[in-house]
Amino acid sequence: MSLLGILGWSDIIFVKAWQNPSISEAIAAGAGGAAVLGALGAAVLVTWLGAWRTLWTGWLTSLDHKKIGIMYIVLALVMIARALIEAVLMRVQQAAAVGDPGFLSADHYNQLFTTHGTIMIFFMAMPFLTGVINYVMPLQIGSRDMSFPMMNAVSLWLTVGGAILMMASLIFGSFSTGGWSAYPPYTGASFSPGVGVDYWIWAVTLASVGSTLTGINIAVTIYKRRAPGMTLFHMPLFCWTALAVSILMIFAMSPLTVATAMLALDRYAEFKFFTNGDGGNMMIYANLFWLFGHPEVYILILPAFGVYSEVFTTFSGKTLYGYRSLVLATMCIAVLSFTVWLHHFFTMGQSAEINAAFGIATMLIGIPTGVKVYDWLLTMVRGRIVASTALIFSSVFLVTFVVGGVTGIILANPDVDYQVHNSLFLVAHFHNMLIPGLLFGMIAAVQVWFPKAFGFRLDERWGRISALLWTAGFYLAFMPLYAMGLGGAMRRMRSWADPDWWPWLLAAEIGAFLLLGGLATLLMQFWVSVRNRRALAVPGGDPWDGRTLEWGTSSPPPEYNFAVVPQVDSRDAFTAVKAAGRAYSAPETYEDIEMPKATMVPLAIGLLAAACGFGLTWHIWWLALLAFIGIWGAVILRSFQRETSRVIPAAEVARQHEAWLEMVRGLPQTPRRAGLTPANSGRAEQGEPA
Amino acid sequence: MTASAHTRADERAHIGLTQREGEGPDPDEAAPIIFGFWVFLMADLVLFAVLFSVYAAMVNGGQGTAPGPADLFDLKIPFVETLILLASSLACGKASLALKWRHDRGRLLAWMGLTFLLGAGFLVLELRDFIQLATEKNAPPQASGWLSSYWLLLGTHGLHVAAGMIWLAVIAAQVVLWGLVHEVKLRIMRFALFWHMLDIVWIAIITVVYLFGVQS
Repeated sequence: MSLLGILGWSDIIFVKAWQNPSISEAIAAGAGGAAVLGALGAAVLVTWLGAWRTLWTGWLTSLDHKKIGIMYIVLALVMIARALIEAVLMRVQQAAAVGDPGFLSADHYNQLFTTHGTIMIFFMAMPFLTGVINYVMPLQIGSRDMSFPMMNAVSLWLTVGGAILMMASLIFGSFSTGGWSAYPPYTGASFSPGVGVDYWIWAVTLASVGSTLTGINIAVTIYKRRAPGMTLFHMPLFCWTALAVSILMIFAMSPLTVATAMLALDRYAEFKFFTNGDGGNMMIYANLFWLFGHPEVYILILPAFGVYSEVFTTFSGKTLYGYRSLVLATMCIAVLSFTVWLHHFFTMGQSAEINAAFGIATMLIGIPTGVKVYDWLLTMVRGRIVASTALIFSSVFLVTFVVGGVTGIILANPDVDYQVHNSLFLVAHFHNMLIPGLLFGMIAAVQVWFPKAFGFRLDERWGRISALLWTAGFYLAFMPLYAMGLGGAMRRMRSWADPDWWPWLLAAEIGAFLLLGGLATLLMQFWVSVRNRRALAVPGGDPWDGRTLEWGTSSPPPEYNFAVVPQVDSRDAFTAVKAAGRAYSAPETYEDIEMPKATMVPLAIGLLAAACGFGLTWHIWWLALLAFIGIWGAVILRSFQRETSRVIPAAEVARQHEAWLEMVRGLPQTPRRAGLTPANSGRAEQGEPA
Repeated sequence: MTASAHTRADERAHIGLTQREGEGPDPDEAAPIIFGFWVFLMADLVLFAVLFSVYAAMVNGGQGTAPGPADLFDLKIPFVETLILLASSLACGKASLALKWRHDRGRLLAWMGLTFLLGAGFLVLELRDFIQLATEKNAPPQASGWLSSYWLLLGTHGLHVAAGMIWLAVIAAQVVLWGLVHEVKLRIMRFALFWHMLDIVWIAIITVVYLFGVQS
């Protein structure tokens, strides 16, 4: 037994490429090199900016829900860059591999679709939506923080730990080839020896444990920390979707944790859960995975629904149409999401009656979703529409999502599913749901709340270019897959025998490049906006004539969010305050505010968890054991620390708040139509009826 | 006193921790912590529910050629294990009462100690059973899908008990160090919830695994 377990020189990607030179290996080594250079480059940049201290005290050890939210979103943006490049690589390979093996080895290609899916779900989508909820929800309910700030940071750093494992797999060894759902027995020890599946198991386990804790945190925060008067039915719709998501996380992550643990026991200790023979039964895995996997779909989509609800009201200047029906629809979807998991494997041997029941349940979800679409449309009718980038993304969502929904209803019919199961039709369908139904929503959220977080708007021109590229790219990349799928093209194919498909593949390849362009222009938008931050500044903190509480505090908000916890009497709480002419009026008294102190414990836990996962993956038992003991040692030591909060004196709060009020009162009022121009001061024009 | 005023006074005293107003932790701070722990327990119970459903699927058709429940189980040891674990829960309950009504550190620590010892007794018996299964009875987890699920279900419960004991020791150390301060009281209350939940899970195990098992 060596000190480094089964890790040897030839497992390092650069050595491997040197020993067996090929284009495929060169690309793998290039990706590994990019990961190393990216990490080094970030370190050099921080050093050059002299920002290590700020980074450490202000961010890495912070328990502030807003900082944690932003760090989640940064993680999501880093990971989407990798997973999107992988998608482009796969499309280039497919278009080049008609009647030809192409340039990627089969093993490399299989790793690509596995990491693409795993990253997009667990390390792009989940961090993105968790980040947005983390940032926005406590502000919207008028709270100073989440209920469990320390646990919040632990969730973040566990997710980062999983992402570190994903990135490590670029450099050490190789990743799983079993797809993001990792079905055994293929992913068992006999068919997938090596470390790939183990990387998948531990990365996903860390992410899922983090999400369970996040779910608990969000639910408790919403139930227990709403401002006085903020009844559940006074909450902004985004908070309702956050509540639904937290409930789904609490119930749906456990099956995944159990499934990955069972797969690990099969692989490491020769248990017989999913093996062929000895009573193993892979259908148990399929059921457990999708018992998580289907609610997961709604964990991904509901927060975006919440964002769209905020966008359509804010940029139409109207209250949300059918608020109660939207709440009901959200909760119906949350409940129904647990009743449909079997539609992911209609073809795997159940009776026709069972398939029919799950098919009908699946179609039922279309009803509340349809209600939502009409509510959003009617919110816009006769509104005073401001065509911001966020609204453009949201409008594209409306049209595109309906197309995806309709193909979902088609797939919900077991007879049809038998024909197109595991084909590109399915791939087209779920991308058609998740790109508009998750990614566009999260991008729209960034457009809306970026000025809140940083005090200046994002550049509209680059935003529109980005929206155009994302939209065109989506249609070009995925509509051809519907046609191919109906024609019998299966998913996860490295090469093709049928030359008729080449034009479709070429279109999809161009689409993939446009999507990459969408991401590039989005990053360009950030860069341009940072450079033009003076012209884009909205110091008043209310650039969109916002309707909910977060727009009534400064941008960026103070650590404690609100100098005085607001009293809420109605929905659209800040609109009501503005209509009554009470915005920016000074409170009578201030009180001391107690906030959590920064701590390095969550960061340590996340890094130790990554070390533990790496040790388990490579059979470096001493490392895994020490890291595991370290994690729990840190938790126990932390429980002996009694001074975990600090007090901000009332005088200090008063000083900051009065200064801000004074500044806002001096700002010119921005008329609605000037919201997208440099004239936007962040103080909305008052006096118009809501 | 009206009904609602009565509830309010109870809330201020925080049910289960103190009987007098003003003695316990601030209810506005305590309530989210206890509520959060209930939610965690719910997620943990989902985990056990999944393990039970795996067990139920495996016991029907996952036994392969390995020995089955009727060959392996008798009720003697599980019966003793049950008594010990229930007694441990009783001791844990007495610890909570010592905290609430007597505010007596010595008495509290004594009951916590007994809780710990009974938990340890349970684990020793369970380990003995595991070793016997793996060696004498030729039924290690690798022998069949059903045995895998049996070991996972029982093992997860056993790990929970072991983790609970470590937690209990940490809390006891804090009782000694700091006395009956509010954060320790809240921890004792959360531990008690956890410990009683493990009892409930064990009752389900006794029923589903052993009682159904010897009958099959």
